[in-house]
Parts: sequence; structure tokens; C-alpha cells
Amino acid sequence: MKSFNRVTGIAAPMDRANVDTDMIIPKQFLKSIKRTGFGKNLFDELRYLDEGQPDQECTGRPLNQEFALNQARYQGASVLLARKNFGCGSSREHAPWALDDYGFRCVIAPSFADIFYNNCFKNGLLPLVLSEAEVDQLFSELYANEGYELTIDLPSQKVLTPSGAAFSFEVDEFRKHCLLNGLDDIALTLEQADAINAYESKQRESAPWLFDAVKN
Amino acid sequence: MTAKTLYDKLWDAHLVQQRDDGSALIYIDRHIVHEVTSPQAFAGLRIAGRKPWRVDSILATPDHNVPTTIKERASGVSGIEDPVSLIQVQTLDDNCDEYGIVEYKINDLRQGIVHVVGPESGACLPGMTIVCGDSHTATNGALGALAHGIGTSEVEHVLATQCLVAKKMGNMRIDVNGKLGEGVTPKDVVLAIIGKIGTAGGTGYAVEFAGDVFRDMSMEGRMTVCNMAIEAGARAGMVAVDDTTIEYVKGRPYAPTGENWEKAVTAWRELTSDEGAHFDAVVELNGADILPQVSWGTSPDMVADINATVPAPADEPDAVKREGMLRALEYMGLEAGQKIADIKLDRVFIGSCTNSRIEDIRAAALVVKGRQKSSSVKQAMVVPGSGVVKAQAEAEGLDKIFVAAGFEWREPGCSMCLAMNADKLGAGEHCASTSNRNFEGRQGYGGRTHLVSPAMAAAAAIAGHFVDVRDFVRS
Repeated sequence: MKSFNRVTGIAAPMDRANVDTDMIIPKQFLKSIKRTGFGKNLFDELRYLDEGQPDQECTGRPLNQEFALNQARYQGASVLLARKNFGCGSSREHAPWALDDYGFRCVIAPSFADIFYNNCFKNGLLPLVLSEAEVDQLFSELYANEGYELTIDLPSQKVLTPSGAAFSFEVDEFRKHCLLNGLDDIALTLEQADAINAYESKQRESAPWLFDAVKN
Repeated sequence: MTAKTLYDKLWDAHLVQQRDDGSALIYIDRHIVHEVTSPQAFAGLRIAGRKPWRVDSILATPDHNVPTTIKERASGVSGIEDPVSLIQVQTLDDNCDEYGIVEYKINDLRQGIVHVVGPESGACLPGMTIVCGDSHTATNGALGALAHGIGTSEVEHVLATQCLVAKKMGNMRIDVNGKLGEGVTPKDVVLAIIGKIGTAGGTGYAVEFAGDVFRDMSMEGRMTVCNMAIEAGARAGMVAVDDTTIEYVKGRPYAPTGENWEKAVTAWRELTSDEGAHFDAVVELNGADILPQVSWGTSPDMVADINATVPAPADEPDAVKREGMLRALEYMGLEAGQKIADIKLDRVFIGSCTNSRIEDIRAAALVVKGRQKSSSVKQAMVVPGSGVVKAQAEAEGLDKIFVAAGFEWREPGCSMCLAMNADKLGAGEHCASTSNRNFEGRQGYGGRTHLVSPAMAAAAAIAGHFVDVRDFVRS
């Protein structure tokens, strides 16, 4: 997994609440059996004026010029500033894959849906919670200043603004450790194989029906 | 001993290892797999040279992409017309064959929507931890189980380790007491709950649905309610075990038998919240106050009573919410103050993991019987949740009722709930749908979804616009 330490980049706005994962990456693109290549279809229905198809070349498609990511000032953005309950709906990990593939490293919002929040950490993408007032402030600064950049410093758990303000954020110890070091969860869990085996033996004794095989 | 909630009990019974930072390793009893969220997980497993930890804990079936017409289903996977869908379904078959995972393939009688197949086959049982790469896995919580959706990285993690790295959620109880009125269904109950607490109201919680209304509810009804816990933000919803649960499980293909059945039932009887157990949040609704619900917007909390009008954004004090309402009305092509009953429908969809079980099909058939689909409705389709549901409905003659009324009777799958197959809405079309999400574009590019119960969807197909199904019941 990609590690995350300190990221500085242009911030782009996604100024609406309850952005669902269908909006982040519409269903027709979930037919891919790969993990990559979803960036060109990130926010497809908002970004383009036509209906997108899987495996389609996107360069000639008509763009919705009103959509932030199509505006010159937000090109190359790596921080997405969003509103509450970002990532609600479906569990599709294609949503963080699409954000990552587009180039985003961090999403800042007042709250996230649980499954999306969890999925981000598995992909080196940091979902970062700030208070509603702080997010409001970042939105106004972002709109007022072209080329507005934010720095996210994971070791010190701070968001730094161009004016020098710093906002602290919380992140789980374990998740922070994995992000900083780009650690693969599975390898870490397999180090605990003895504990898993011990649990299984005990359960097989007390609740054997839980181990009845699924048979054809 | 401290009093525990149902969720506390399920969590404690599956705790492999608690870490100091609050995260834990949780053992997973049952892993359900479908074609959309698993290919990258199997690929990851293969690249790392790993094998599934416990192959016989896994059950797979394709559902999201499968076509629902007999014609397209006739020649199995190779008959799927959409080449990208075909590859995805074929990839599931290949992965299951390679690892020896039991899969109910496309034309197996037992194939169907994962969340219908799990309980129906007895693969999902009370007291289990159940995961699937699909947010509606919470459906299985109706059995008194801890069930929730996971992402693809976690699918790979569970395949490789039989465990999940998790952090304990908070406990929320939603009490609905009293009696439901005639014509008011489990779908209306859960839509009313979401309307009350909002799409993030349950975020961070495991929700237990408690109270008379759920005690009186069938298992199918409880599944409908738990299914939509995620639409209230909660990853997991659950209902305590009682006689209804045990009666439902008894005799299912994978249910325990003999001595193990007796032992299991004794253990399952404990799967209730203890008297005095602590809940971090409690929400109460009165069952008698709930009316048939219709969603008018693009988020599942944008719901109204059937006899109400579309709400006015101007009345909403919160700016972000008001903005959301304005955008929703524009997308939906509706006006504030318009009567819900005046919304005309282009299509009707009865199906999805929320409402495609035998009870749902029966409820819709009861409304449809002896009536005709309105000529202004282009299409009304009924998509049973599994081959088993379909066979049962046909044995009861329900398919004939629908076909005689001008409805289409389809093969099982997710179908128009998320339109990954050929079943979809055209731009601007209004659909009365028994599914779970009314997000923009969910049922097709530019499509307009109204979430309702099966009976309400059936009544709307007959009338051509929304009607109070209670009038149908009385007439």
C-alpha cells in the first residue's frame, strides 16, 4: 500500500452533503475486474454531460464546465474538501480507488459514512474529519483564493492552511501506523495465526454447527 | 455480571484479539461472495500467494450483473449479452472453481441475490458473524446475527485470515411499539425510521430494532428492515432471536440437525439484549403513527406519507439541507407542495434484496389480482430474489396473476435496483421501486426513483400514479 506522511496540494471543493458512492463512481464502471483506471470516471455524472460507458475513452466527452474538477483552478488537486456524510451508500471500494486514481490523497469532511471511511485507509487515502465550522472556513478560503493549497501532516495530525493556521485532527493509532508505513493489513493479521487457530478450536468445541461446511 | 446488548454478546463471542488502541480482530463465521466486489480480492490473494483460510465458510452466487430475461439466461454465462458483465460473472465462476468455493451458478435453482440466498439456504444463522462485499449484508441481522458490508480489501482480508480488523461500534436501539395500521408494511416502518433519523443518524452504531412491531413481524419483514439499516448510516442492524427466528431457520438446507440443532437453539435463545443493558442512543417511534411512505427526493431520508405533499425547501432552516432539497427537486422534476399522490409513474420495479422474498411477492400479487396495469405505465416488472422464491411463487400461481395484469415476471437477480444489467430507467422516467436507494442515476442515467413497499408499488402500477394502498385493501 502507498504510504502517507505529509501531503501538500491544491484543494478542490465538493460542496454538497451526502455525496454517495454511486455519485463518486456510477455502477456501470463497477464491472471492471481491475483495481485501477477508475479516475477518469470519478464523479462521472457530474463531470460529463453525457452518459459514460465502461471502457470508453473520455477525452472527447462533453464536460460540465460548472463542475469544480473541470475548472482550470482546480487542476492537479490532491485534497478534496467535502461536506457531511461523504461516501454514504454502497460499500464499493471502487469509490476510494477512483479518488486515488484521479490523484486525491485526502478527503476532508465534517463526517464520513462508516464503510467508505474504512475503505479509504486500505488504499493509502486519508479521510480526515474536521468540525463543521473548520470545514466552512476552509471552503470560504478556498473559494476566495485561486491555487489554494493545504498541507496534511499525518505525523503531527494537523491540517495547515496557506495563512499559517493549523487544525488538529484525530486518527486511530493503528490506522495511522499502517498509513505512515504503507503496511498491508493481511500480513499483520497473519502474524496472529496462532490466536486465530486457538479461537477456532475453542469455538468448534462449544458451537460446532458454526463449522458445518457449505457443501454443494 | 454486566448486562449486555445483543450486539455486545455477538461481538464478545467473536473476539479473537483485542488491541490496546481499541481495534480488534473479529472472527468471521460466514463469508458471502458475489461477482462485483470479489475479483480484485481474489487477484490480490493470488499475487500474494495466499489461500482462503476456510474455504467451506464461503458461499458465492452472481447477482448484480445477471440478466433477468429467460432468453438471455437460457445459455448461462455465455449468453450474457453485455461483454463486460459476462467477464465479471465468468471471473467469479473461475475463482470459485480454482479455490473450491461452493457457488450457486447463474442457472442453479438456488442462485439469487446474496442477501436472499444467505438466510434462505440456512448458510446464515443466528449468532454468526456474516460479511459480504455489499452494504446490504445487514439484512442477515434479522436472524440475530452480526452482519455487515465490507470493502474489497476486507473481502481479501477475510478470505486470507477468516478475520476482520474492526473497532467496536456504539449501541443504538430503535423502538417501534404499538400496532401497525392495515396496509402498513415493514418497508414503511424502515423508511419512516430513516426519515426521522436521517441517512447519517445511525453512523457509528450497530442498531437493534426492538419493540412490539418487530416482535410481531415475520422474518421476511425483519430482513427488509435490517436491510436498510445502512440507509440510516448503520453498518449493522439486528433483531433479537425469538420463536419466529427459530421456526424460520428450522429445516433450511444448511441449518444444524439432530443434537447440534438442540444445542444451537439453546445458544440462540440467549441472543437477546439483557434487561438493563446500556444503549448509547435510543430512538422511539409509535407504530400506529406510521403511514405508507413514498420517497420524493434523491436520498432515502427524503420521504413523505402517501397523503402528504412534496415539502418546501423554503421551510428548511439548515442551509446545506435546503440546498440538497432544491437540487433533489430539480433532479426529480417535482414542485414543492405537489401532492405525492399526483406523481405519475413510467415504470414499476418490484424486487431487490430489500423486497423480493416470497412475502413481498405475495403482498404485491394480492393488490394486483384481478386488476390491470395502467396503460400509462410503460413497464412493471417483478424480479424474485432467488430461484427458490421464484419456484415458490410459481407453485402458488402468483406469476400468472402478474402476467395476466400486464406485469413482466423475470429471472432472479439484483436487476433494476442498481441497473448493472440491462434493466434500467430512461432519463427523466419516474419509477415506483421496492429497492433501497433513490440516489441520482442509481436505477439508470437520469432516472427518478421513488422508494415504496411492494404493495404500494403494485397499486401505483395499476393506478399509473401513487395511491394509498389502504384504499385498495378496503376496496
